[in-house]
Amino acid sequence: MTALAHVSPESKARKFDIASVRADFPILRRLVHEKPLTYLDTAASAQKPQSVIDVIKNQYENEYANVHRGAYWLSETLTTKYEDARESVRAFLNAKSDKEIIFTKGATESINLVASSFGRSLKVGDEIVITGLEHHSNIVPWQMLRNQCGVELKVAPVTDDGDVTLDSISKLLSPKTKLVAVAHVSNALGTVLPIKDIAKLAHDAGARILIDGCQGIVHEDVDVQDMDCDFYAFSGHKIYGPNGIGVLYGKEDILEEMPPYQGGGEMISTVTFDHSEWAELPAKFEAGTPPIVPAVGLGEAIRYVSAFDAASVSAHEKALLAYGTEQLQAVEGVTLIGTAERKTAVLSFVLEGAHPHDLATILDRCGVCVRAGHHCAQPLMDRFGVSATVRASFGLYNTQDEVDVLIEALGRAREILC
Amino acid sequence: MQPDGQDQDLLSLYQSIILDHGKSPRNTGRVERHDCSSEGRNPLCGDRVTVTAALDESDILTDLKFDAKGCAISIASASMMTEAAKGLTTDEVQRISDAVRILCIEKFSGEDINGFLGETLSARLESLRALSGVRQFPTRAKCALLPWQTLMACIQGNSTASTER
Repeated sequence: MTALAHVSPESKARKFDIASVRADFPILRRLVHEKPLTYLDTAASAQKPQSVIDVIKNQYENEYANVHRGAYWLSETLTTKYEDARESVRAFLNAKSDKEIIFTKGATESINLVASSFGRSLKVGDEIVITGLEHHSNIVPWQMLRNQCGVELKVAPVTDDGDVTLDSISKLLSPKTKLVAVAHVSNALGTVLPIKDIAKLAHDAGARILIDGCQGIVHEDVDVQDMDCDFYAFSGHKIYGPNGIGVLYGKEDILEEMPPYQGGGEMISTVTFDHSEWAELPAKFEAGTPPIVPAVGLGEAIRYVSAFDAASVSAHEKALLAYGTEQLQAVEGVTLIGTAERKTAVLSFVLEGAHPHDLATILDRCGVCVRAGHHCAQPLMDRFGVSATVRASFGLYNTQDEVDVLIEALGRAREILC
Repeated sequence: MQPDGQDQDLLSLYQSIILDHGKSPRNTGRVERHDCSSEGRNPLCGDRVTVTAALDESDILTDLKFDAKGCAISIASASMMTEAAKGLTTDEVQRISDAVRILCIEKFSGEDINGFLGETLSARLESLRALSGVRQFPTRAKCALLPWQTLMACIQGNSTASTER
């Protein structure tokens, strides 16, 4: 059963029609440098459908109040919507309970929450296993924890095609391992890791597993019970929702044992100057006024993507990947980095004789938005002996024609630079 | 693709002198007996440049080399910098560096800059004027300026420089 299917039975699914999908995203109608916008940077942040924009606008125009506080209709109504958004996330992830869904400001905060709170149970000599393809946000919090409490950080190596083998993870696991923290999908290369198998390895070793799901939530089926992960972190803005909202899923019994992350309003049940008692989950981890409007916007984004039959979206993105890979490899001097068997629609590449920044500047003037740089994964760049790559990443609104625009723009870049 | 206004901007950014220095940079490596060295980084993109320099007792830059990983703009800027700065006093290098900053960011004309530099130093700026193409590309000004920030840090005795401070 897919995550999308939990929300929307396939019988009622919206037909995936690319023209109508594109019509849902107003920004795709604009020009950039007098050229049609060719947005190939969805892995960095996705564009927003009209329905998400409308929900955000309507909250500020008609529905806005603080949540969980006011004994008045406006506040109660928006509180209901905020909690409905939590329920949408729960259903989307197939979590057991909405107590397991913590709203944060983004995946980075979600991971830092685990490092700060779960991390307090760790001690000198304990080990955390990550992989060589992690985003900085799934490296640096663990390094900070290492500096605080003396845990060891072990890194599973990346293969030449940009993958991580189960065997290499397995070799690093021992009774000392307390946490395995891995990306579901590499943001820089698109590699999909076998999360369910990694979770089993981690659990067999007696460790917990945290999954950085920033890319996985967008392109893969996510069922936290089926994959049996202990933590799953993602950001709203990558799944066509607003920015400023993220999610930490955590198993209820683990979250119950963890101390609060931040102190403040909302996360307490009683406060005196001598002593405070914590609120129940999920409020225990949501100190202060939460990102209300973005949370409700995320709920709408999930409703938007869930309306489609997941298989047809996936087939569309796979076709883009196949076509893009074929076209890009035909360009003289291009080397694709990240050629794992299981990939999402991400094309990370270098062009001989042209630095990624120079390429991105020229592509931009052709209306093509790509990311050029280290993709917040410097150790991965080092692994491949490059300081940067160009990354074209695709979302549900991209077309094969846009791949052609990219290829044509690369041709122009070669004329200018090479 | 047909040439248009965007293309003109690109062609003024990637002038032949920039591409030439970008592909065949001059004065690369390290000055063996250097008096100062500094490593500059652009943390946003991971580019880096190391500058080593030798100074004589009158504060004249007698030798200057660089080692870099970066785009055509930053490599070309570094390469042209080594040619322009060698033989100048540290004060003169500071003025050239200021002039390059003005070229890349601020809307002064070539005449304004000549007035600021005076005749002798203006001549030193010659090939560097090609860097003014970055004015149409604000995010790329950092690429052009990183080598200069690093050279100034080097002269001032700072071992690191960054585009983000």
